[in-house]
Amino acid sequence: MAITYTSGEQVEVYRFSIPATILIPLTAVFLQAWLPLRFPFFTIFDLPLLVTIGFATARRSPLAGLFTGSLIGILQDALTHQLIGLYGISKTVVGFGASSLGIKLDVENAGARFLLTIFFYVVHKVVYFMIARGLAGSRMAWSWPHEFLSCMANALLGVLVFMLLDRVKQRT
Amino acid sequence: MESVLGRYRNLIVLVGVLFAQVLGLAVQVKRTTDSEPTRLIRIWAVGSVTPLEKALVWVQTSTGNIWHNYFYLRGVRAENRSLKAQIERMSLEQVRMSQDADQARRLQALLAFKEQFISQTMAAQVIGSSGSEQSRSVYIDKGESDGIKSDMAVITADGIVGKVLLVYRSTALVLLINDHSSGVGAILDKTRLQGILRGTPAGEVVLEKVMSDETVPAGELVLTSGGDGVFPKGLLVGRVTKVAPGSEIFLNIRVRPAADLSKLEEVLVVTKIDERQAEPEKTGAARAVDILAERLPGVPAKPEAMPGTVAPGTVAPTTAASTTTDSGAKPKAAPPEAHAGSGAPVTRKTATPSLSSGTASGTSGATSTGNPMKVSPKPMKAAVPPKPKPAVEDSPN
Repeated sequence: MAITYTSGEQVEVYRFSIPATILIPLTAVFLQAWLPLRFPFFTIFDLPLLVTIGFATARRSPLAGLFTGSLIGILQDALTHQLIGLYGISKTVVGFGASSLGIKLDVENAGARFLLTIFFYVVHKVVYFMIARGLAGSRMAWSWPHEFLSCMANALLGVLVFMLLDRVKQRT
Repeated sequence: MESVLGRYRNLIVLVGVLFAQVLGLAVQVKRTTDSEPTRLIRIWAVGSVTPLEKALVWVQTSTGNIWHNYFYLRGVRAENRSLKAQIERMSLEQVRMSQDADQARRLQALLAFKEQFISQTMAAQVIGSSGSEQSRSVYIDKGESDGIKSDMAVITADGIVGKVLLVYRSTALVLLINDHSSGVGAILDKTRLQGILRGTPAGEVVLEKVMSDETVPAGELVLTSGGDGVFPKGLLVGRVTKVAPGSEIFLNIRVRPAADLSKLEEVLVVTKIDERQAEPEKTGAARAVDILAERLPGVPAKPEAMPGTVAPGTVAPTTAASTTTDSGAKPKAAPPEAHAGSGAPVTRKTATPSLSSGTASGTSGATSTGNPMKVSPKPMKAAVPPKPKPAVEDSPN
């Protein structure tokens, strides 16, 4: 449960194979688009966000994190009818932040991952909300109960997603 | 300098990537009404995701069809019987409604109304969604190659769903009516109050722009008004669930969509809407007085006249029909259900010929000369037995 502060030498850096790097984000975006048709409640989850955090914390490279987040976000944007860049910007920030934090913190245990997901879910939402309202002029409402529920649900799912990612990541 | 760049390299790249995306957003905001600079990105994204969605939906549908059509046939006989009974009931209903529709059409023709009707639709399968709560939209498996264009209305048997927003080669994005950026012209069924139907960020549907001094009962039906140029008039939208005073001078009316927007599987895209002026039947224009007379109660049956004679003051419908035929009209044959029908529709039908005949009686000369204005446009009604005068029914002419 404890989040321990570690030096750069102590943390382990992982990599993902090229197929995993391409297919996992694509699968996440696909499932995010397909599952809500069968299970409407699934819209409260943000699988691409969880994959972004998972990749970023495993690789521990801010540049890789921000580019991964940026690409996943833009792909997600392109499937909506909204302006391209809303998810792109917020996931870029999350990717960069998660990988930067991953260098300093040990995020290998479930508790740390749960808290990390909560933190970055809030960051993602706040950035998205600010850009959507401020730059795109979107009529977006903020509902505390809904966001809290969504945040907890994503954090729980995040733990599972990170466990799955653990199986495909490779030690450098 | 180099060491500074090296030290802050990550931060500089982050700022650069963010700046590029903000710039891209600004360009899109500026050009949102003119062209679509991000179309290529969207095509790539949709092209990479929708084939898999299509394949999965196909597998799911095929499996479902095999199971339901070949193995799980329990209760089909009972369902068949029930559907047959339903068809019979609906046939009777259709006879009654077709008369109302004919009458409405003639009245519209008198007033030179133009009516809109859906003349062509295309069935489409819902294969995916946007996957975002901020964008309530779905993808369908029909696109540009199937003749789909943007701004086409999308409906189900239950009610309206949304409109086509973006069209790709073999798919299209449908904006649902509960998205916060959608807007539909709507009218309340009974009170005839008009408003704009909008989605909320929470995914609810509200009717806006109805003044707060109006009374709107909960449960009232909401229909399309046709004012948005997308949906034809009169399609079912949903039902009013809650009415509350709004923040300004308008009411806050919540509407529950008739179509279940969270569980869409198949939809109909309205590919063609025709607009035409209502035409009366081929007999030509009818007089308003004749049409209104059809609404009046029937004249009580008179004592039976001798077969082969025509009662004074009446015109045999067969004569009228032959006159009508001469003027190029097709007499409408009464469907068998009309004879086997329940009391109400038959009574209305039987009332008509005697009245029509009575109306025509004063102008029988005109009728006999073939003036279509004086011809009863409903030969069908003369064929329905209950009350009419025997002279009319049994006329050998």
